[in-house]
Amino acid sequence: MKRLLVFLIVALFGIFSTQSFAKDQILIGFTTSLTGKLNAESKAQLQGIQLWVNNVNKNGGIYVKSMGKKLPVALKYYDDESNKERVQQLYVRLINNDHVDFLISPYSSDLTATAAIIAQQYGKIMISTGAAADDIFAKGFSVVYQMYTPASRYLTGALDMLKKYDPKAKKVAIIYEQSEFAKAVCDAAKDYAQKHGFNVVMFEAYTPNTTDFSAFLNKMASLKPDALIGGGHFADGETLAKQVYEQKMSLKLISLIVAPAVPKFKEIGEAALYVTAPSQWEPEATYSPENAKKLKLAYYGPSVKWFADAYRNTYKQEPGYHAAGGFASALVLQKAIEETGTLDSNKIKQALDRMNIMTFYGQIKFAQGKYHGLQIGHEMVYLQWVKQNGQISKEVVWPLAAANTKLVFPYNIKFKK
Amino acid sequence: MQKGYTLFWLLPALIALVIYPIVTNNVMLRETVFLILLSITLSISLNIILGFTGYVSFGHIVYYGIGAYFAFYLMYAYKVSLIVSIVLGGLVSAAIAFVLGQAVLSLRGAIFAIATIGVNEAVKSLINNISILGGAMGLYFDFSIYDNYGGALKAIWLSYYLMGTLTILSVIAAYYIKKSKFGLGLFSIREDQDASAVLGIKTKLYKSLAYATSAFFPAIAGGIFAFKAGNIEPSGAFNLVKSIEMIVMVMLGGYGSVAGSALGALFYEKIKSILLVMPYVKDLHLAVSGLILLIIVQFAPSGIVGFLTKYFKNLRKVLE
Amino acid sequence: MLAYVNAVISGILIGLAYAIAALGLNLIWGVMKVINLSHGAFIAFGMFAAYMSVKLLGVSVYTSLIPIFVAGLIVGIVAFFVSLYRVLNAPELTTLLSTYSLSLILIGLGTFFFTTNPRAIDTHLGSITLGYSSISYSRIIVGLISLFLAGTLYLFLFKTSLGKAIRAVSQNPTAAKLYGINTTLVLSISFGIGVAFASVSGALIASLFPFTILSGGVYELKSFVICVLGGLGSPAGAILGGLILGLLENLLSLKMPVDYMPFIEFSILVIILLIKPNGILGRR
Repeated sequence: MKRLLVFLIVALFGIFSTQSFAKDQILIGFTTSLTGKLNAESKAQLQGIQLWVNNVNKNGGIYVKSMGKKLPVALKYYDDESNKERVQQLYVRLINNDHVDFLISPYSSDLTATAAIIAQQYGKIMISTGAAADDIFAKGFSVVYQMYTPASRYLTGALDMLKKYDPKAKKVAIIYEQSEFAKAVCDAAKDYAQKHGFNVVMFEAYTPNTTDFSAFLNKMASLKPDALIGGGHFADGETLAKQVYEQKMSLKLISLIVAPAVPKFKEIGEAALYVTAPSQWEPEATYSPENAKKLKLAYYGPSVKWFADAYRNTYKQEPGYHAAGGFASALVLQKAIEETGTLDSNKIKQALDRMNIMTFYGQIKFAQGKYHGLQIGHEMVYLQWVKQNGQISKEVVWPLAAANTKLVFPYNIKFKK
Repeated sequence: MQKGYTLFWLLPALIALVIYPIVTNNVMLRETVFLILLSITLSISLNIILGFTGYVSFGHIVYYGIGAYFAFYLMYAYKVSLIVSIVLGGLVSAAIAFVLGQAVLSLRGAIFAIATIGVNEAVKSLINNISILGGAMGLYFDFSIYDNYGGALKAIWLSYYLMGTLTILSVIAAYYIKKSKFGLGLFSIREDQDASAVLGIKTKLYKSLAYATSAFFPAIAGGIFAFKAGNIEPSGAFNLVKSIEMIVMVMLGGYGSVAGSALGALFYEKIKSILLVMPYVKDLHLAVSGLILLIIVQFAPSGIVGFLTKYFKNLRKVLE
Repeated sequence: MLAYVNAVISGILIGLAYAIAALGLNLIWGVMKVINLSHGAFIAFGMFAAYMSVKLLGVSVYTSLIPIFVAGLIVGIVAFFVSLYRVLNAPELTTLLSTYSLSLILIGLGTFFFTTNPRAIDTHLGSITLGYSSISYSRIIVGLISLFLAGTLYLFLFKTSLGKAIRAVSQNPTAAKLYGINTTLVLSISFGIGVAFASVSGALIASLFPFTILSGGVYELKSFVICVLGGLGSPAGAILGGLILGLLENLLSLKMPVDYMPFIEFSILVIILLIKPNGILGRR
């Protein structure tokens, strides 16, 4: 009897709740690191997503065929404080309490791996941006899709660059952050280096909150490497670059992931000079409808120039790849919704599975099968911080086909004045 | 030994708490209650060494972490079933506590507290460097593991039932320990260790056993939590802040009392969740918890239970 | 060989900065047998005080040390009366929790005002080249200031009457009281000095490395290790412990992965507590 009563109440509530929520918007949920060590990258990513929302809503929303009308989009996001436990709680909340339609990942591979578990447990589609680790996509997730070029293809270009500019340089030191992403990048880079005749003289990890690199640098100085590659995220990478400069390490090439690609990196001044970094996207990128036609791909969404200008006008900042990735992740959802004309998770999933398009951010195509969701279309570029007319700026230097300036080589040229 | 009435109300109350989200099928509520149950288990267990025996185990979370890692690894690498893994995790953790206890329990007072912090930090940094345990990144389940439990959604419910069962068992165990001759021995160690030894209490054995018991339940809770989360990593498993929160819960409820530890955990979680969702206070929750703790320590050192029994003497038998 | 010379120099310099942090903790333990769990919070307080002075007032981080020391002293004396005065004779658990709650309040307020975003103070002083690699001037300055502070504390404890009173209370509080020493005053001032040292060390560390409001915790744990190494309660021990830790970190890491350091440090902490709880200098 009691059971019946409870059942009735629950059922009644269920009926009312579905009726009272006539679908009047598309809700996208995620967490972002407004505070904590990942805040610099997260903020750019969030701004990218917000720029997309403003743009879509200015045109009245996304047309959903099954409902016969345009629905505006809304964001529901929380501050995860760069903290895994918060991510876990908040994604459960986004799904069960806020009833979001789709999820976007937090920033960083570690936080994304955590959020992906929740998304998969409840079967909600999640577009992962700001997460490059390959590993996440070898765990049998069927509803998670990656926007970034995976970590295994991140630093290999730096080694190609070194070989091209100084074929005799063989000694490489790899110092990386103990994080999902950096480890994936550096493991792959180490394999690649050894296969291509480099000598990896140092291969060491530092804990995520490291602020004092002197022990690493002392050790490195005694091993006399030609190049330093590695890094982790923004805060630690910036510190590492700064301490390399203070210790006047005699290196020919230094290439760090993430930090130098963030426009804020220039705050360390001279220490930023001649540091190189792989980047998912730069405003100088050459993706265009013509370019897409050559590759027999459909072009979708705004042009590179539109995005870069709109971003500059809205936020008075240079767009970096974190912002572009944020915008593109939402763009992918928009494309899938327009194509299928529904908000149904299953149909959206099918659309994502067969997606192969060109956008301002580059090509987008997701792997199927064992590594379901892994990004296999998108490519990296390399940038370097150089001084032009007394101003420090970042320019694309690799691959040579996409470069707009020549690499300044070697790095230690700046100490010889 | 005279029996009190504590369990007569505490157990039904706990069971009602566990069942409520099941009956209403409310997922958000289940998540909240899961955390409350976890906290109750941790605080009840810590009370056995801290409240009964008087040893300030500051790094007690180390046993939660060891149990969690052990169970997770069994499931991850050897596909051992959930129940077997968590029970083994509990036993291993208790055994480690027993052996380690032989050494560290000879320290007293603040020195013991510092040593337990050292143990926790040492274990954490050791695991940071063990690559088969995933180092600082930790380990993630392959998602297919949940298929053995009827899919992820069912697996989460399963971990909820297990946590409920564990909490109830830990409350019963703590209560009967307190009421036993063993418990009496522990309390006499707390009052005067040297005198107890003279009176023929095997202080070393008693302390080590209490320490092992207080490591057993948190270890199992760690295993369940890791299973539900689907991943494990050192900074989450050996989080010193959580360790200190355990102490706060015990103090808030009333040092030495089983009912008090449960109430303390409940109140602490409640206060925390209220503060966390209040818009402006969200960032101030740490400061407010600190203020509450400061007031308790300064003005009501025996916690909620101490406060109640001071004014209502009759409550003594119900709040043991 | 040069690598070792470099490691020794940077080990000594950073060890001295660690020692200043540990001195504050050790003084408080020595005088009132309280382990100050708000130590890390006061280190963070120093870091942010330095950050604010540099960013808002535009003074150099080294100039800001003097006001930070004074502020630390005052805050410490207030903190003593708020959190410790009533519970000094209570069991250890009470004083541990009392100082910990103070830490929660400070860190909570800090998080509210400053968030947990990383910050850095740029000193832009360049570096001096020694053979193959270089040492930045800012590290050398930090090392020298630390040495000066340690010397000043020594003179204060052994040459002034207040310092002598502090030592008397730490050796025998009852006797000190009988001789007419105002123990409450002495205790509160010792706590103030302890906090002032924590804050100044925070400011010094902030001039070298980036930090967040939570960074104090790392140096608090390091301070525990240092105090245990050198002997709980002994100021000279804190200096020795700091130097040992600094050298250990820099020398050992030449031969093994740097990441193993925390494990080694904390294992040393536990082992020393078990076999020689008075530190390597102390008598049994």
